[in-house]
Amino acid sequence: MTQLDLVPLWAAILGFAVLMYILLDGFDLGVGILFLLRKNEADRDIMMASVSPVWDFNETWLVLGGGGLLAVFPGAFAIILPAVYFPVLLMLLGLIFRGVAFEFRGVPEANKRLWNIAFACGSVLASFAQGVIVGMFIDGFKEAGGVFVGTSWDWVSPFPIFAGFGVVAGYALQGATWLIMKTQGSLQVWARRVAQRVMGLVFLFIAAVSVFTPWLNPRIAERWFSWPNLAFFAPVPLVTLLLAGLLVRSADREREVLPFVCSVGLFFLSFSGLVISLWPMIAPPSVTLWQAAAAPVSHEFLMIGTAFVLPILLVYVVWSYWVFRGKATAEGGYGHE
Amino acid sequence: MSALLLSRLQFAWVIALHILLPAFTVGLSCYIATLETLWWATGRDVYRRLSAFWLRIFAVSFGMGVVSGIVMPFQFGTNWSRFVAATSSTIGSLMAYEVLTAFFLESAFLGVLLFGRKLVPQWAHVFSAIFVALGTLMSSFWILAVNSWMQTPTGYRIVDGKFVPDSMLAIIFNPSFPYRLAHTVTAFLVTTAFVVLGTGAHYLLTGRWREEAHVMVKMSLWFLAVMVPVQVAIGDAHGLNTREYQPVKLAAMEGLWDTGRRVPANLFSIPDDDEERNHFEISIPVLGSIYLTHDPNGLVRGLKDWPRADRPVVPIVFFAFHIMVAIALLMLATIVWGLVLWPKRKLYGSRRWLAICRAASPLGFIAVLAGWTTTEAGRQPWTVYGLMRTADSVTPSLTTGDVTLSLVLYVISYLFIFGAGGVLIARLMRIGPDVPERERATLDRRAARPLSAAQPAHDDRAKAPVLPGTTGGDDDAA
Repeated sequence: MTQLDLVPLWAAILGFAVLMYILLDGFDLGVGILFLLRKNEADRDIMMASVSPVWDFNETWLVLGGGGLLAVFPGAFAIILPAVYFPVLLMLLGLIFRGVAFEFRGVPEANKRLWNIAFACGSVLASFAQGVIVGMFIDGFKEAGGVFVGTSWDWVSPFPIFAGFGVVAGYALQGATWLIMKTQGSLQVWARRVAQRVMGLVFLFIAAVSVFTPWLNPRIAERWFSWPNLAFFAPVPLVTLLLAGLLVRSADREREVLPFVCSVGLFFLSFSGLVISLWPMIAPPSVTLWQAAAAPVSHEFLMIGTAFVLPILLVYVVWSYWVFRGKATAEGGYGHE
Repeated sequence: MSALLLSRLQFAWVIALHILLPAFTVGLSCYIATLETLWWATGRDVYRRLSAFWLRIFAVSFGMGVVSGIVMPFQFGTNWSRFVAATSSTIGSLMAYEVLTAFFLESAFLGVLLFGRKLVPQWAHVFSAIFVALGTLMSSFWILAVNSWMQTPTGYRIVDGKFVPDSMLAIIFNPSFPYRLAHTVTAFLVTTAFVVLGTGAHYLLTGRWREEAHVMVKMSLWFLAVMVPVQVAIGDAHGLNTREYQPVKLAAMEGLWDTGRRVPANLFSIPDDDEERNHFEISIPVLGSIYLTHDPNGLVRGLKDWPRADRPVVPIVFFAFHIMVAIALLMLATIVWGLVLWPKRKLYGSRRWLAICRAASPLGFIAVLAGWTTTEAGRQPWTVYGLMRTADSVTPSLTTGDVTLSLVLYVISYLFIFGAGGVLIARLMRIGPDVPERERATLDRRAARPLSAAQPAHDDRAKAPVLPGTTGGDDDAA
């Protein structure tokens, strides 16, 4: 029996999981980032209610991304995770504090102010840490013989920290455009204002990362600027510009859904840009997907189930979102049944 | 202290606190699914009230379980990267299956279960409850398959120092898996049933929610009357399996140093690893051979049969095991007493029995932790039993300072979060099933609510309705 090379397909599935995570948890982390900026407690209830039925499985995509990397590309998992020891720690602690806040905040006589702060700060911390981790992929991991040989503090360097702030801004935009879609009245007007302020920052970060990445990294520069790649990849920056323009135009108008769609598009393109820059490296600069892959038989075993489960999973995820369609209201809030 | 020892402490800390939540949510989701189904079938309102009550507690504990669970897969990468690099081809896909088949199922239907009672038809709500319960059970299935493979590895081949699968079925259904799965899931169900029993007993003692309390006490007592003896039988079978595949662990559990026939049952002693003997031993002759081998002349191997470097730390395993067994006996006694009272119709009136039930409600958690400690500390000094040492599994780049810092942060954060969660759950239990049925996070399907659409757009304060509990309050959860 000839072995089917499942590595590209697995890379695509993991990429899909990570993208879903960024898009979905992106907006509920974003709502958390903006949470304390809105002073009105009733509006905060609505903000939370707009994400509380869905945050849990938004976060499940992260576990799929992490667990999938462990299962499918263990060679990369074993190099990357030690390198981002503290960013992962901060991300997890951030996710813990913000995650429990959803339920804790609603218990009668709970200290709401405390859990508001936990929700907001946890969201900021987790987002920042995720940005640092992404930045590390550009900076690269020190590896020798399949083992990480750097220190746990390699992440303290300008680019990852910069990327950390970039992701906080990006998620804030996701959150603001989500609120434009899911709320109404003065809260929606406020969300539009926030989106308009944040998007400038996001454009700045996207531009800076797009310039610095090839500048710091000749290999990535060659990927983008050599012919014929330049022609193939030119749509990425061009469509990014288009979406940015559309976002600017739609954020202050009547449009309720378009800003969110534009923001999703920007995230999708930024992620595509990252994939284009790194392919076929999974732990850049030296470890490829194929070097990091688990045994082919493990890939096959997991693929059999995934081929069945993933489509079914998408059906009930979509159904679950469908149940909670429409505007979020404070009526009952995220409160108790 | 070395990065190795600190990494072990860190893993023990995050898993020990995490396991308390599945120990509760696996059982509770099953109980809620049962209540929802009963309400659907019989229409008795008490089932709906009970389901709504436990659902509030479930929501809080499930949130804690989810976030503390996300920590776990990342621990493998951050602290045990060499273990991952060596074993992922065999057990990594099982963990990925847990995400695909369990976590998504739980989390997607949890939203509908918690927030969707009025948004979906009743049958869909009942099925959401069932799917959440199913998700928690699937999760137990996969993660215990992983753990069991680490204890009794089969179905692999070693190529270039890495475990490569020969047969995925042999990896999943390794020799200890069926016993461990049955023993652990039953433990989770029993743990939850004791919480339900204790809560019902508490309400009877304080004279509140009599109808709800009767249902809780009756349902959990009958369930426990079957499951506690079943659990003892499963535990016995699990022990026989351990004797066959991990005889050192069994010897440590029993505090047995010398191999022999007609070995005693060691009720209490303080095992001494250095002197290779027990202090203050209290034991019953021959009984050990009887329950360990089901034969008075049965041969049981002692710790001295293995070199010191291959033995676990005996006192930890010994005490953890004995605590678990002691709790099992206490549980059994509580249930038998209840069954004696039942035909005399004194069940709801015997204050002494009810007080004991209330006091017994946290017992399951202690037993789960003790059992988990027995099996995990008993696996040492190996991560893959007999094949890969814990010392060879840890991430090489970590320094003592790194892991000290992360461990301190985990300890502080978990104490804070679990402390607060415990206080809040206790408060929900004190409030009881009384809170009027209110839909959580209802979503207005109409495009705009006239009320807020009529409000001036920039005036924030004007439309702030007074919601209960928005004042913050100084009743600090932490």
